[in-house]
Amino acid sequence: MKAKFLIPLLLFIILVVFLAIGLNRDPHEVPSPLINKPAPAFDIAQLEQPNKNFSPASMKGQVWILNVWASWCVACREEHPVLVELANSQIAPVIGLDYKDKREQALAMLATQGNPYTLSAFDANGRVGIDYGVYGVPETYIIDKAGIIRFKHIGPINSQLLNQKIYPLVSELKKS
Amino acid sequence: MIPEFGHYALILALCIALIQGILPLIGAHQGRREWLMLARPAAQVVFLLLFIAFVSLAWSFYANDFSVLYVAEHSNSQMPLVYRLGAVWGGHEGSLLLWIFLLSIWTILVAQLSKALDEFMVARVIGVLGLVTSGLLLFVLTTSNPFARLLPAAQDGRSLNPLLQDPGLVFHPPMLYMGYVGFSVAFAFAIASLLSGRLDAAWARWSRPWTTAAWVFLTLGIALGSWWAYYELGWGGWWFWDPVENASFIPWLVGTALLHSLAVTEKRGGFKSWTVLLAITAFSLSLLGTFLVRSGVLTSVHAFATDPKRGIFILIFLSLVVGSSLALYAWRAPKSTMGGKFSLSSRETLILLGNVFLVVSAGSVLLGTLYPLLIDALHLGKISVGPPYFNSVFVPIMIPLLVLMGIGPWANWKNTDLLAIIKRLWIAGVIAIIAGIAIPLIMGEFTWLASIGFLLAFWVITSGCLQLIRQAKVGKPTRSFIGMQFAHLGIAVFVIGVTMVGAYQEEKDVRMLAGETVSVGGYQIQLEGVSSVPGPNYNAMRGTFLLSKNGASPTTLYPEKRSYFSSSMPMTEAAIDAGLTRDIYVSLGEELDDKSWAVRVYYKPFVDWIWGGCLLMALGGIFAISDKRYRMKLKRQAS
Repeated sequence: MKAKFLIPLLLFIILVVFLAIGLNRDPHEVPSPLINKPAPAFDIAQLEQPNKNFSPASMKGQVWILNVWASWCVACREEHPVLVELANSQIAPVIGLDYKDKREQALAMLATQGNPYTLSAFDANGRVGIDYGVYGVPETYIIDKAGIIRFKHIGPINSQLLNQKIYPLVSELKKS
Repeated sequence: MIPEFGHYALILALCIALIQGILPLIGAHQGRREWLMLARPAAQVVFLLLFIAFVSLAWSFYANDFSVLYVAEHSNSQMPLVYRLGAVWGGHEGSLLLWIFLLSIWTILVAQLSKALDEFMVARVIGVLGLVTSGLLLFVLTTSNPFARLLPAAQDGRSLNPLLQDPGLVFHPPMLYMGYVGFSVAFAFAIASLLSGRLDAAWARWSRPWTTAAWVFLTLGIALGSWWAYYELGWGGWWFWDPVENASFIPWLVGTALLHSLAVTEKRGGFKSWTVLLAITAFSLSLLGTFLVRSGVLTSVHAFATDPKRGIFILIFLSLVVGSSLALYAWRAPKSTMGGKFSLSSRETLILLGNVFLVVSAGSVLLGTLYPLLIDALHLGKISVGPPYFNSVFVPIMIPLLVLMGIGPWANWKNTDLLAIIKRLWIAGVIAIIAGIAIPLIMGEFTWLASIGFLLAFWVITSGCLQLIRQAKVGKPTRSFIGMQFAHLGIAVFVIGVTMVGAYQEEKDVRMLAGETVSVGGYQIQLEGVSSVPGPNYNAMRGTFLLSKNGASPTTLYPEKRSYFSSSMPMTEAAIDAGLTRDIYVSLGEELDDKSWAVRVYYKPFVDWIWGGCLLMALGGIFAISDKRYRMKLKRQAS
């Protein structure tokens, strides 16, 4: 057997290894360009108290978590118990961004499922969502004392992510 | 009941395909006639069973049986019948069934048309095809059963993606798959000849028409897909270098190389192991394409649903088929003999050069397609590779290829006098240079890229014409010869189309009120008004535009913006006034605040030449297949 005739097979084996690794990676998971950038500013009405506004500027000086949710979003219901657990740990305030939603339906969902949010900002037309590049609800952001986004997760968070990523990161950010 | 028949037929087909795949191969190895004679009847039964399965699925769509999950997900009772039937291959499960069904059609054709061929060879070829069929059937039955029931049944189906509700769906996938799958025949011939240790010219002669046939289908399939994207997506583009497009284009490039290499193997007995490798590669790339498309490892506008289980299965299948083929190649190919000697200036050398350019271009497209995956796998980040890479890498490789295309057909086998060719071809060179300078000037703007494009196209065209004239003097040209000229002419026509559109298209994005006029490429386009028009399963806003040139009597164009009941995404139906020398393309955008509409108009010179060129290539292939020397063999079979 001459070695040169083995070249195609070797090339193919390398290709298969890469394809196998590629199968376990999600091509849709793109790192957010917002990481390590200041959280986009906004000033919009709150969900529970429409006469009051919320702005990220008011959170300066503390580490906080922003969670994009909506009553129409099925994955958000799945995530909800995890958020309640996160809120109960009192590690950081969890602010909701109710995205493209109807106020009464959103309030009804919080009433029946429990409310993990310190407060929710009400983004009825999705303008704030555009600034944050929201493309899959739910999305979760961790924002540090200086108002810089340090972490972003698209899709529901689970307790594994909570323990392995979110708690350690928030604790670390709180120390600095 | 009917879907269960279909399901049952699929399971039976798997059992018979295993027999078709295993017994004839062992029979051929051990010289057991009774086993090897099983190949043909088994292939016939598999075909019949897959036909039943396919018809059962089509029936479920026809009868709106929404208790079948696949039907409920891809059809809807309001959809017109033709799209309901097209929806049979509108999703993952159904398109795989189509894949396998077409494979069985190719198998049965090989079984019926190979009566003159050595029984051992036929048994091996059909056996290899049987193994491929079994693997894919196992894939369908374990991970992608199109007959899975949905209980309780859905009231109505979810409907097909509106983008797919178009005549393009009816023709494009079957054509493309017919080509993709057709390379399995060349592959099976190559494996059979490696198994038998008889890598000879006869093998090449046999696989040649099959390879050409598959190539014709693939050419037409890709062209149809490109044309579909052009008029349906509303962006006016004809090629996007999307991973799924590339997945069909890479096998096309390798298949083209294979066609030419087979010619050398048939006529001169040369390049045997190279030809075999190309045959294996062409089909492997078809399988790889299926993997890339179906596993979701790459992001694509084709965005098929992804399921990791499916990806793993195809990857294992791919590794087995391609890995064992390449191992067999490494083991057997070194034993192949050298062909006839040839000098540095000969047709063999020129074809080899052309082959190198084709394979390098295929490799560069493959690299660009897989690069995001490689980088991600190495944890180097997430990137995407777009048209700038492909255009800047692919186009320069095509330039020497087109130069070769003008010379190659003039060269003799074995040894040729290059000087004599240059003497004959100097006229073609002069005409090409004149065209390369004059046409851009006539079009109003000189760019080097356009100039090179026209130069090369006219180089190929005049060289072909000169050759036809010379051949006509000598005697009646064979159909193979005419076929080759047609195919090369098709490439030139294609290049003219691409160059024209690339250099001289005009595009305007405007906001228009009723009564306003926009002009593009010397044409005036006036918006008459926009009205609401109901469709069978959508509502459309239809614009009425009057297209005229210098006050001549106007043509009316009706672009639409459709909202399908089943989908929130509005669909753009562009209106195109097609012509031999230009298309006017009008697409209706959003309604703006003040009753005006966003409108996009294109002037696309010679754009239809792109697909016209592909048609000529396919026509050339058909001519080549109908050549006398293949028909003579049929006659010999009959006697």
